[in-house]
Amino acid sequence: MENLGLVLALSGAAMAALLAGIGSAIGVGMGGRAAAGAVTEKPELFSKVLILQLLPGTQGIYGLLVAFVALSRIGVLGGTAPSFETGLAYFVACLPIAIVGLFSAIHQGKTSVASIGLVTKKPDQFGKAMLLPAMVETYAILALLISILAIFNL
Amino acid sequence: MSKDYTYAVARIRGRENYLLSGPAMEQLAASKSYDEALHFLADKGWGDPDERLTAENLLAAEEKKTWELIGELEEDLSAFDVFHIADDYHNLKAAIKLAYTGASVEAGRLFVTGGTIDPQVISRAIQEKDYSLLPDIMAEKAAEAYDTLLHTGDGQLCDVLLDRASLEATYAAGKRADNEVLREYAVLTVVAADIKIAVRCGQVGKPLDFILRALAPCEELNVEALAHAALGGTESVAEYLSGTDYAPAAEALKESPAAFERWCDNLIIRHMKPQKSNPFTIGPLAAYILARENEIKCARMVLSGKLNGLPDEIIRERLREMYV
Repeated sequence: MENLGLVLALSGAAMAALLAGIGSAIGVGMGGRAAAGAVTEKPELFSKVLILQLLPGTQGIYGLLVAFVALSRIGVLGGTAPSFETGLAYFVACLPIAIVGLFSAIHQGKTSVASIGLVTKKPDQFGKAMLLPAMVETYAILALLISILAIFNL
Repeated sequence: MSKDYTYAVARIRGRENYLLSGPAMEQLAASKSYDEALHFLADKGWGDPDERLTAENLLAAEEKKTWELIGELEEDLSAFDVFHIADDYHNLKAAIKLAYTGASVEAGRLFVTGGTIDPQVISRAIQEKDYSLLPDIMAEKAAEAYDTLLHTGDGQLCDVLLDRASLEATYAAGKRADNEVLREYAVLTVVAADIKIAVRCGQVGKPLDFILRALAPCEELNVEALAHAALGGTESVAEYLSGTDYAPAAEALKESPAAFERWCDNLIIRHMKPQKSNPFTIGPLAAYILARENEIKCARMVLSGKLNGLPDEIIRERLREMYV
């Protein structure tokens, strides 16, 4: 029981990396399937659809970042092992990017797919097509900020 | 877990750019001659460059291309059976007439390709009266229609039975489909066919029991009321329709039979248009098939009109709305 704080903090870090990573994998996967379809018909669109495909990949990076920062403060990569209360606080601090990362990446993936359809039909609308999935990113960034601020202030 | 159509829809989006738009179809209709119209389509990539440039070759090549693409995108084409049921029943009618008359006609001239059942299987089932070769519902209808023809010698009655069976099968396939587009297509097809049947029966003065026998039941129309309306002629059918969800059909009916046919096709295309912004389901594939069939039908009308020297206005008034 003396390591319960560390276990909780580690669970939080794992959740951040896992859930946000799963969301990104799903989102990028969706985008990849749509991009493959677009490139089959119009190979010249490869660079444009690749960018759209990669947009949902950022949540996984945010999750990794939060997990890394948490690990460096709880005695795994640095810092000291937390008490039960602090460990629980780390766990809760990791939740925003874990949960928002999961759902925002999936929805960003869907929006990217729609944007890939738009670019396939109207390649000159790439700028607008990129902005639409980028809007979903806002909420992942907000969640990242809250998780980071919470961890740094523990 | 529902099937993923993300890749397929992205490819369809790429192909949609090559569909003929309304202005392109107008341009085609404005061609000065049959040859000019053929070359216009050939320049748009229609047809097979290895084949002689004729309307039949050009349109057949386009139909083939559509189904080749859909075959690449969807291994199990049974999802699109709702589009082919009418072809199966057409072949069944041909097989029954062939067996009844004992005529020897080349199969390719009688049967259409694209159905879900091999025409040779249908032909064998009828010739040998082995209806077990056919799907259950079709077997029952085939036996009934063939027996009716053998006992009455009435080819029209046989056609009426099978046309209704075809519509019932289409409606049932639509109900079974797990996609809104396929369901809508089936409903609109049956509704349009019932209205056409009612109008034609009314025009030639068919009795009520014949009309009721010909109309395929569907939830969207009260076929009893439609049949009674048919007895009063086109005006009466239009009056009945004005109280249903298909009120705009009444105006088209009053205008002309061609206007009504156009209204039916336009209604289906309008119902398909939301699929242009749906990235995930089988809907855009189904809509693309219908869009292709619609433009091929329009191109056929234009080419046939040009070949027969019809005035541009008459050709234009038959043109349908395009998907793009």
